[in-house]
Amino acid sequence: MSTPTAGSLVVVGASLAGLRAVESARKDGFEGRITLIGAEEHLPYDRPPLSKAALETGSDVDTTFRSHETLTNDLHVDVRLGASATALNPVDHTIETDSGSVPYDLAVLATGSTARTLPGTAGVSGIHTLRTVDDARAVKAALDAGARTVVIGAGFIGSEVASGARRRGLPVTIVEAMDVPLVRAVGVDMGRACSDLHLRNGVDLRCGVSVARVDTDGGRVRGVVLSDGSVIPADLVIVGIGADPATGWLASSGIEIDNGIVCDQYMMSSLPGVAAAGDVARWHNALFDTPMRLEHWTSAAEQGAAATRNLLAEPGAPTPYTTVPYFWSDWYDTRIQFVGVPAADETRIVSGDTDDGRFVALYRQGDRLAGALALNHQSHIMKYRNLISKSCTWADALEFAASRNTAVSRL
Amino acid sequence: MKIVLDRTKCTGLGICESMAPDFFEIDDSGALDLLHDTADESRRDEIEAAVASCPTEALSIVEG
Repeated sequence: MSTPTAGSLVVVGASLAGLRAVESARKDGFEGRITLIGAEEHLPYDRPPLSKAALETGSDVDTTFRSHETLTNDLHVDVRLGASATALNPVDHTIETDSGSVPYDLAVLATGSTARTLPGTAGVSGIHTLRTVDDARAVKAALDAGARTVVIGAGFIGSEVASGARRRGLPVTIVEAMDVPLVRAVGVDMGRACSDLHLRNGVDLRCGVSVARVDTDGGRVRGVVLSDGSVIPADLVIVGIGADPATGWLASSGIEIDNGIVCDQYMMSSLPGVAAAGDVARWHNALFDTPMRLEHWTSAAEQGAAATRNLLAEPGAPTPYTTVPYFWSDWYDTRIQFVGVPAADETRIVSGDTDDGRFVALYRQGDRLAGALALNHQSHIMKYRNLISKSCTWADALEFAASRNTAVSRL
Repeated sequence: MKIVLDRTKCTGLGICESMAPDFFEIDDSGALDLLHDTADESRRDEIEAAVASCPTEALSIVEG
């Protein structure tokens, strides 16, 4: 491969996907100028621990990926932190930021997603989303102070915070607008099976109700009033109601946006020389022949590298980025792992039992295996990921599951 | 090349197993088994992919 040695690569977004983009460029031999633009004041850091280990008593988890010295001296990256991108001009080939303009020959857009907030609660203390390291420090401080905790939204991040608060013995209520949590992520039956973990661990789980308003006292949250009229006292409110791709800054650029930056199978956007990666990218996953936008660690890391590699590839020589989606979440003593896609004609438990919260469920689409969910079955899940990547039939998947159970029962 | 696993960092997420199942496997206790700790040069791509895929940076390659 003849990698361009000159020119400038600008990476917008200094989280996992952005970091992997610059590391990949140097690994592939790009010798031009690299600028990494980050809206936060922090060097690139890892987010999964923020709702897990970083909330534990006594933790002072530093999840910074690379030191400033490594980025500037070893990778020769011009790191600009605390700089928010405000526009992209495809004619002049510039990225505008609130601290100046940066010219680009090639660009990777990795601005991530923004946690949704509860309307009308801006500036109320004690109400937090959990997306950044600053959020995590504030939430941990509230838990350290023994906060009565209310989690709005029974998704993965809210559930992890609930788990951390219960581990400390604090009272936790989860409020979920849907009748069953996690339906979009794992389907109805499995959403119920996952949310049972909360009930077993002493959480007051309220589904099918929404938040009417938040009571405050001197600018601090005091309680949450629900649509059914009930009032839950609260010192800490975690808002975990999803995230939106951070594309607002691209409105004037002419780039194609549809729930994320629209990319082809190579992570290339509609603008020449501009790729996207991570939460902000909606790309065509050829393995499932469908557009996807994922908010997962694994795809962010891989897409950052893939986007750069394809930007630097010779014309006609890019490689499609395909993946079997994978995410994990740790609740109480349970590791939840999901591979594939949850939209299914049928889900079937093939190992274990939902009653004890340890099982594997398979998801069927037509005659194919589409997804797999494992609760505390770490030795099973990646075997299904590989089967899905090989377009395994449903019949073959069931046969594999049966052989797996036999093998385990012999141990 | 030699494959080095730092067990103090590994949390058994298993992505490496899906990248290079001949070398990595999560056991029934949820811990990672290193099936081989050396790999032939012809397997470099999949080993490098496995190393890069680890969220806890528990894997590394030592040349030689």
